[in-house]
Amino acid sequence: MLKTLQNLDRRWIFLSMLLAVAIPILTRTVFPEVVSKQAKMVFDAIEDLPDGSNVLMSYDFDPASQGELLPMAQAFTRHCSVKGHKQYYMALWPLGSPMVDLSIDTIQSEYPDMIYGEDYVKFDYKAGGEAVIRMITQDLRGMFPMDSKGVPLDNIPMTKNIKNIQDMDLIVNVSAGDPGTKQWVQFAATPFGLTTVSGCTGVQAPQMYPYIPEQLAGVLGAIKAAAEYEAAIDEAYPSIAENPRAQEAKRRMGPQLVAHSLMIGLIVIGNWIFFVSRKRGQA
Amino acid sequence: MRKQIHHILAFVMALSMAAFATAQSPAPPSALSVSDTPNDSGKSVDVTWSLSETDIFNPLNADATQMNPELIVSVYRIERMVTDSSSAEAKQEDLQWRQIAEPSAGETSFVDRTVQLGWTYNYRVCAVDNQGEASSWIVSESLVKPTMQIFDMSKAWLAIFMILFGGFVAYFINEARSGKKLWVRKIAGLEAIDEAVGRATEMGRPVLFVAGIQDINEIQTLAGLTVLSRVAKTAAEYGAQIEVPTCRSLVMAAARETVEAAYLAAGAPDSYQPDKIHYLTDEQFAFVAGVTGYMVREEPAACIYMGGFYAESLILAETGNHIGAIQVAGTAMPSQLPFFVASCDYTLIGEEFFAASAYLSDDPLQIGSLKGQDYGKFLSVLILIIGIFFATTASLSGDGDGFGAGARDYIKNNMLGSEGLGSFGGGNTDLEGDDS
Amino acid sequence: MKRTVPLIIAIVAGFVLLIANFIPFAESWGLTAQEWFNILAVGAMVLGGGNLVKLHLMKVSSKRKGWGYSVVTIACFFGTLFFGLLKIGVHPNPLTPDYAWSGYYLENGSTLWWIYEHMVVPLTSMMFAMLAFYVATAAFRAFRAKNTEATLLLVTAGVVLLGRTYAGVWLFEGWLPESMQWLRFDNLTVWIMDIPNTAGTRAITIGIALGVVATSLRILLGVDRSYLGQD
Repeated sequence: MLKTLQNLDRRWIFLSMLLAVAIPILTRTVFPEVVSKQAKMVFDAIEDLPDGSNVLMSYDFDPASQGELLPMAQAFTRHCSVKGHKQYYMALWPLGSPMVDLSIDTIQSEYPDMIYGEDYVKFDYKAGGEAVIRMITQDLRGMFPMDSKGVPLDNIPMTKNIKNIQDMDLIVNVSAGDPGTKQWVQFAATPFGLTTVSGCTGVQAPQMYPYIPEQLAGVLGAIKAAAEYEAAIDEAYPSIAENPRAQEAKRRMGPQLVAHSLMIGLIVIGNWIFFVSRKRGQA
Repeated sequence: MRKQIHHILAFVMALSMAAFATAQSPAPPSALSVSDTPNDSGKSVDVTWSLSETDIFNPLNADATQMNPELIVSVYRIERMVTDSSSAEAKQEDLQWRQIAEPSAGETSFVDRTVQLGWTYNYRVCAVDNQGEASSWIVSESLVKPTMQIFDMSKAWLAIFMILFGGFVAYFINEARSGKKLWVRKIAGLEAIDEAVGRATEMGRPVLFVAGIQDINEIQTLAGLTVLSRVAKTAAEYGAQIEVPTCRSLVMAAARETVEAAYLAAGAPDSYQPDKIHYLTDEQFAFVAGVTGYMVREEPAACIYMGGFYAESLILAETGNHIGAIQVAGTAMPSQLPFFVASCDYTLIGEEFFAASAYLSDDPLQIGSLKGQDYGKFLSVLILIIGIFFATTASLSGDGDGFGAGARDYIKNNMLGSEGLGSFGGGNTDLEGDDS
Repeated sequence: MKRTVPLIIAIVAGFVLLIANFIPFAESWGLTAQEWFNILAVGAMVLGGGNLVKLHLMKVSSKRKGWGYSVVTIACFFGTLFFGLLKIGVHPNPLTPDYAWSGYYLENGSTLWWIYEHMVVPLTSMMFAMLAFYVATAAFRAFRAKNTEATLLLVTAGVVLLGRTYAGVWLFEGWLPESMQWLRFDNLTVWIMDIPNTAGTRAITIGIALGVVATSLRILLGVDRSYLGQD
């Protein structure tokens, strides 16, 4: 047994992980979520805004991190839509723009009363990262003279009176790396006191916690926090709770539980091998 | 009859005037103050005021529900007039009162960024209720002239720290230049590089070097290229083959220069093969797919990862583990360090990676800069300890204002914040001469 | 000369931008420099792309091992370039119908969009998903309680792994007294992330920042010139 485990082909571990993730997805196992303090802070940041506030949504992620970040991005979209906030979408990553399109698809299918140009608008991806942020804190038109459809901002009802992003009541940043939340904190939130919330990957989250609460009003770190945020929204808005498409993060908690349990099991087995080998080696 | 008609007309007129007199307007804002925005290039003015009494956000309003709903302030209207345009011609409309902004109720400040350097302005503000009725104007008691500050005083402490730190580095570089021997502790990962290249030579397998996935403008990539220089020189001396896939075209160009010079320095210019340093793709996961494919096919004996990495770090390190390569990693991405520590034989953590370039060079001048870096760290730790001490003593009193609160606030807001040197900072050009 | 001119440019530009950061009038120079760099980087992509094509063409022509994959690489490279540059399948912008290429390059239904949606998205998601498998093998192989620090790491990892799932709540349901709820794994996880983890990350970040400053100073002072190809 010891020898088998010591020489275990890693493909058996891969197979176990595959089953650990696949079975809960296929059986649609969903667990209840307890909303943590962090998720509540993010929820309150959006909920406490007066209806119709200006919210800048920056999607700084790509398909690679879509699995972890798209559910929270969609949750932000639904929460802002149900509050009637005006949503200004942009992306600092080239492949973030199609992620924005997914949110716009959600608005168009679930909130058909919302009108493009009056309730939500999309700006094209612009290269430059922090340079884009620094420009739009002073002059939005300097970076985005038109929206993604080529309409000048002066001709769009919800942008014609916006000079720069200091006119935004909240910045929501969904970030998978650089440029991302760190740059938004450095160049927008800190110098101009702009209220900012962030949704980021699990590995990034520890780097964002030091910014709470002064530079960031809240952080959703990883898919667990996204599930808690969805739970907070479901509690406040039963109409969203009944929408199966709005439970994506919660659905992913099943595989996460089984996979994490598997990893703990693997760690325990690995340590058993280590201690037994050491004992036999000493004997 | 005529007299009766006159009486009726007079009565109707009196009623209308009474109605007009009782059409109320909201209370005006108060305490309007205008000043030049400090620490800027003279392109903005700060306008502040106190909330109107009929503004529901005014904390002095005991009970907002008792207020006449028609008088509740909806927006504040800000108008501006140019009183002196210096030598330039101002537009006619700017010489009259002109609306420039309409901040919402509850707002008490506005930054006007459409002013011209050196012109003189006057401002006035009124409150407008939700019926569109405007209050009386309050006009600024003083005029304001935006001026440019030469130095951004809010960054004064940053400049001081920079000079101090630079001074430490320059001092120790000088010490090293004068021949003084400076001791630097051993860094295991860097000692292992020679061993790794030697192992690759013995096994007749290549050395793989990945300089991260960031572009040449990132400091981690530059630090990685410095290590590449040393690795390439060692590989040239041992006769080992080195492979350097890059994620950015400019990094490929710089890496080629680096490796070519290293081979030249090792006395083996003919062994240099430029095609071994090649560009794969900018796309993160496509790059790592290409690199791991190479690793599985060619099975390099040594894999060295030095630079900025993101999520792909674990894929690289685990693949290297699977092929049995000796792995040395160095990065300044805190989120990726745990993956490298778990999977690589040696890991340079954060500043060890930046010290690598100086360490590997054996150049006394560069080693001197490491010493300066250490003294910079001592200074940071000293400020941390002092700050923690004062923050702790201040928090011992119930309201957080105990002994040391002033020092704590100064460290937090001035030294580590943007309030500059405190009373020495700012830049106000109130024409009345008083700083407001 | 080949190395001296770039060195002078690097030193002068570095110090000018460093000082400009403190002068309000010149604060935007850094932004401008960033934009110049972006233009350079885009131009350099031609260099990189050309190198990629050249290497793979050489591999195909000499029929080295795996040359078939090089054919696939070249075909995908030129195919994506063709469909993207010529905006195949993209309709003109309704505001400017007379200009055939005025539409959004990733318009829904266009060929480039199809390549993105059905090739790029699944492939990059797949690569990211592989991390889960590699984390499992890393956990099995490397997380051994060899010493005190490693044991502490193990325990913390166990708490956080369970705390990030429903198990962190479920394991303590029904029996843990109210005053001890802080021991629940999800609450412990929040504390671990907020306090010791944040402190450790801050310490590493401070060290990194000082390392960045020292390295930058060495480059600005011309002491470290290895990036120019000179020791």
